[in-house]
Amino acid sequence: MVNLIWVSIFLIGLFYAMANGTMEEVNKAIFQGAEEGVTVSLGLISVLVFWLGLMRIAQEAGILDKLAKLFKPVVKKIFPEVPADHPAMGYILSNMIANVFGLGNAATPMGIKAMQELKKLNGMKDSASRSMVTLLAINTSSLTLIPTTVIAIRMKYGSVSPTEIVGTTIAATACGTIAALLIDRYFNRR
Amino acid sequence: MSFTGVSIWLIPLLIGGILVYGTYKRVPTYEAFVDGGKEGFNTAVAIIPYLVGMLVAISVFRASGAMDFLITLLKEPLQIIGVPSEILPLALIRPISGTGALAVTTDLIKTYGPDSFIGRLASTMQGSTDTTFYILTVYFGAVGIRKMGNAMKIGLLADLVGIGAAIFFVTLVFGS
Repeated sequence: MVNLIWVSIFLIGLFYAMANGTMEEVNKAIFQGAEEGVTVSLGLISVLVFWLGLMRIAQEAGILDKLAKLFKPVVKKIFPEVPADHPAMGYILSNMIANVFGLGNAATPMGIKAMQELKKLNGMKDSASRSMVTLLAINTSSLTLIPTTVIAIRMKYGSVSPTEIVGTTIAATACGTIAALLIDRYFNRR
Repeated sequence: MSFTGVSIWLIPLLIGGILVYGTYKRVPTYEAFVDGGKEGFNTAVAIIPYLVGMLVAISVFRASGAMDFLITLLKEPLQIIGVPSEILPLALIRPISGTGALAVTTDLIKTYGPDSFIGRLASTMQGSTDTTFYILTVYFGAVGIRKMGNAMKIGLLADLVGIGAAIFFVTLVFGS
C-alpha cells in the first residue's frame, strides 16, 4: 500500500514533467525535497531529545502511571487492546493532552514513545496493530484546542480578532477526530 | 491574546512541575533526562530516510505541475457542492505537506485578509487537521512499521470530513 502510493506520487510527477516541460523544476525539487527531509528530521532532534528526556523523569517519578489511572475509563474505550496498567497508556494520554493544548512539538515525541510501547505489545512485528492505527488516526485529525500558529499569522496580517476562528476550529477538529475514530472502528469491525 | 498568554505559561509550568515532583520522588533527574534524551536522538536519526523518501516524492509531484493540474481538474465539480475554488489548493495540500499548507494559508490570509470569509476558512482548515502524510511517516518511521494497515485510508478520510466540517462551520458562523 505505501509502496504503491509512494511510487505513484513519484511517477505521476515525473511523467507530468516530461509532458509539460517542467523538468528543470523537478530536478531542483528532488534535491530540495531531500534536503527538507533532513532539515525536518534535524529540527526534530532538539524537540525529541528535550521532551523525551523530560518524559523519562516524569515516567520514573510515576506521573505517567497516575495519569493513565486517572483517565483510564475514557482511553480504555478508545484503546481496548491496551492493558490499563501498561506504560503505553501513559504515553498515549500525554500525547493526547499535548495535542489538545496545541503543544505540537511535545505531542510528537510522546506519540512516538507510545508507538514504541504499542510495538512491544504487538510482539515487535513490523506491521501496524489496531491500537497503533487508532493512535495515528487521532493524531492525523489533530485534537488541537488552540491553533497557535494560525492565530500568530492572523495577528501578523492585522486581524481585528485573531482568535475568532478558535470556535470553528474546535468544531471542525471534533468532527474530524470523531470521524477518524468511527472510520477506524468500522474498518476493525469488518 | 489570552490564548497565547496561556500557552506561554503552560510549557514552563509543565517543566517546573515535572522537575519538582521528580526531585520529591527522589528520581535521579539529570541522569534520567540524559537517558531519555539519548533515545530521542536515535529516534530522530531513524526517521531521516522515511522523511527524505516521502518529501522528495511530494516535491516532485508539486514541482512538475501535476498538483496544479489536479486542482484545475477538481475545481468545477467541487464548486457545485459549495467548495470555494480559492480554498481548493489548501484542501488538497493540507494532508500532504505541512510547510506547503502553511505557505498556502499564509498566502490566502495575506491576499484576502484575515477577516474575510476565505481568510477565516483557511485559518480554520489549517488549524483543524494535521499533515496526515507527515504524521504517518514520522510515527511509523520512528518505530520501523512497514505495513501500515488501514492507517492512510483512515487518515485521509478523516481529513476529508475535517475539511468538509471546516467549510460547514465557517459558513454557519460567519456566513459566505
